[in-house]
Amino acid sequence: MTDKQNNVLNIENLSVKVGDKNILKSLNLTIKSGEIHALMGPNGAGKSTLAQAIIGNPKYTVTTGKILINGKDITDLQLYERAREGIFLAFQEPVSVQGLKYINFLRTAYMSLHPNEKLEYKKFIEQVQELLGLFRLDKSFIDRSLNDGLSGGEKKRMEALQMLLFKPKFVILDEIDSGLDVDALKIVAEAVKKAKESGTGILIITHYKRILDYVSPDFIHVLVDGTIVESGKAEIAKKIEEYGYDYYRRGEVNAKVG
Amino acid sequence: MQKLDENFEIKKDKYDFKTNIKPVYQVGQGLTRSVVEEISRVKKEPEWMKNIRLRALEIFNSKPLPTWGPDLSELNFDEITYYIKPEDRKSSSWDEVPKEIKETFDKLGVPEMERKYLAGTVAQFESEGVYSKIKKQWEEKGVIFMDMDSALQKYPEIIREHFGKVVPASDNKFAALNTAVWSGGSFLYIPKGVHVDLPVQAYFRMNGELEGQFERTLIVAEEGASVHYIEGCTAPTYSRYALHAAVVEVYAKKNSKVRYTSIQNWSDNVINLPTKRAWVEENARMEWVQGSLGSKITMTYPSSILRGEYASTSNLNVALAMGEVWKDNGAKVVHAAPNTSSKVVAKSISGRGGMSVYRGLLRINQGAYNSKSSVQCDALIVDDISKSNTYPHNEILDDTAVFSHEASVGKISEEQINYLMSRGIREEDARSLIVLGFLDDVLKEIPLEYSIEFNKLIRLEMSKMGAVG
Ligand SMILES: Nc1ncnc2c1ncn2[C@@H]1O[C@H](COP(=O)(O)OP(=O)(O)O)[C@@H](O)[C@H]1O
Ligand SMILES: [Mg+2]
Repeated sequence: MTDKQNNVLNIENLSVKVGDKNILKSLNLTIKSGEIHALMGPNGAGKSTLAQAIIGNPKYTVTTGKILINGKDITDLQLYERAREGIFLAFQEPVSVQGLKYINFLRTAYMSLHPNEKLEYKKFIEQVQELLGLFRLDKSFIDRSLNDGLSGGEKKRMEALQMLLFKPKFVILDEIDSGLDVDALKIVAEAVKKAKESGTGILIITHYKRILDYVSPDFIHVLVDGTIVESGKAEIAKKIEEYGYDYYRRGEVNAKVG
Repeated sequence: MQKLDENFEIKKDKYDFKTNIKPVYQVGQGLTRSVVEEISRVKKEPEWMKNIRLRALEIFNSKPLPTWGPDLSELNFDEITYYIKPEDRKSSSWDEVPKEIKETFDKLGVPEMERKYLAGTVAQFESEGVYSKIKKQWEEKGVIFMDMDSALQKYPEIIREHFGKVVPASDNKFAALNTAVWSGGSFLYIPKGVHVDLPVQAYFRMNGELEGQFERTLIVAEEGASVHYIEGCTAPTYSRYALHAAVVEVYAKKNSKVRYTSIQNWSDNVINLPTKRAWVEENARMEWVQGSLGSKITMTYPSSILRGEYASTSNLNVALAMGEVWKDNGAKVVHAAPNTSSKVVAKSISGRGGMSVYRGLLRINQGAYNSKSSVQCDALIVDDISKSNTYPHNEILDDTAVFSHEASVGKISEEQINYLMSRGIREEDARSLIVLGFLDDVLKEIPLEYSIEFNKLIRLEMSKMGAVG
């Protein structure tokens, strides 16, 4: 997509529960085309919950608030409808489907996401193979089963590959950096930058500063116990590395950062 | 509309239509000695065949229904019509086939398939073959492909030599029934060394309820011959049952190769109980491919008796048990000679309350040394109300045998559906993708026209299913 994009993803006052457990509490977040946001926070803070709530996983119930794309309320849409609105999640733990070949999966998904595009099978295969090359994955991957028997790093790269292939408006990367070695991390970071340049709005969920050093996010948010406790620029990541998340838990944010 | 969604236009209705014709002849309901004699008389059969029938009737009467597997108590042998002759003529040109019957096969795409990729075709309507043709180049090489009744008139010696040897009437109640009242079926004979490199196809169509189709198929592949036989079966839906009880006997002689592909898409009132068996001689190969799409009840266990050294067999079974159906599928292999090998792969899908069973018998006789066998059965259950069971029975009597058995039962998980849906894929398409992925390696083995059919049917079935959970 070459033309300039002006998309806005609004998360307003969002509270989410799983089963009987309230996890996200009145969360607000706005992401625009071409922005990279990072979401950091300790284990169990609710980062994946936010990702799942945005894509519309029915296990996660929205109790207050809404999610909007360009002003359109998508809170009640099903998973596949939100995907068609331009939401994409690179899963923290992508599920495997034995026997379902990547090429069949990718093609069906692509046709579903871009129903008006005429898809030439041969060209599509070439495009996928080119992306496989970019992510240093073997061409034979197109005939492998979806996430079946792939290493952790390979799975993550296939998720990032889909981000470039499907050209969504907004991308959430849930711990895309875990399980990646330095080389793979660089490749994925490059892919993220590429997506940003093409106008995708990006939310990177991570524990570690490492990937952020490569992609230089525009904003960093810290999520603790289901609430964003601080938002700011790159210096936040440094602070977390120094003090850890306990720093926020003690409610000393205002005192120290002020 | 996107491409994928167009596939949902396809309905099973393609097969679900009734042909309006008045049979030229039919016997009364019920099974008596005089009905059997009558069938034989109408067919102007030799005395020996009539005697085989009458003996088989006694065996049928003396045998109980199977006590295992699906419930067959709905069958009432007194209300079934055992022989329905739709038409006097047997044609070798579609133009001569009566209009209504020709239209029936046109709708089913039979003449089209024949033109496109077959070496020969037999088409049966109710109890009789109405059309048969083998292309000239094969006819000239001595290949015979015709309906079984015509074959009995023309080649009584070959039939007498082979009939009822591989599947004796005493094998089971329904083999006995078939032997008593058989009609139609196909006779395929491949002379020594002849390779028929296009498939031949027999297509069986039933048109009524409370009737039986009892075709009898005999395939003889002489030394070094090879052939691929395809069988297709359909019927319209009725509220009462119809019975299909075929017998198939295959002789795969030394160094020959026979592939038998059966794609049944019977309507969901059909009780399908065929007995299929092959004798496989030295260095010969027998391949069974079974696609079980339709029917209310199916019990079928294609068997290979590996009688000669280095004989081999494969048995591939794909069963769809969707809705109120019971699919009891399996394979039997007897390794009766050294260095024989077998491979069984069974895959089933159960959904909407369907029951799918794998029932297998594998025997490696003592003295069948260095024999190899592998059995793999995988079941996929697509919801919480459907079932799958596996009853493998293995008798490995030789110490040198190499044998493996693997079984798996899988379920479509919510996580899988969610993941696929998060890529813009609708729920029913997600299910179809998972099911088709599960079948990917076996659908390749099915002739293209039928695997497309399989594909469409799975999409249709998945679209009928409710939400996950
Ligand atoms: N599907 C689920 N079922 C039950 N509990 C869940 C589920 N998903 C998340 N949780 C709970 O919600 C909290 C937040 O989890 P999660 O969003 O995965 O955190 P993070 O991604 O920040 O590590 C945790 O206490 C976790 O146990
Ligand atoms: Mg997480």
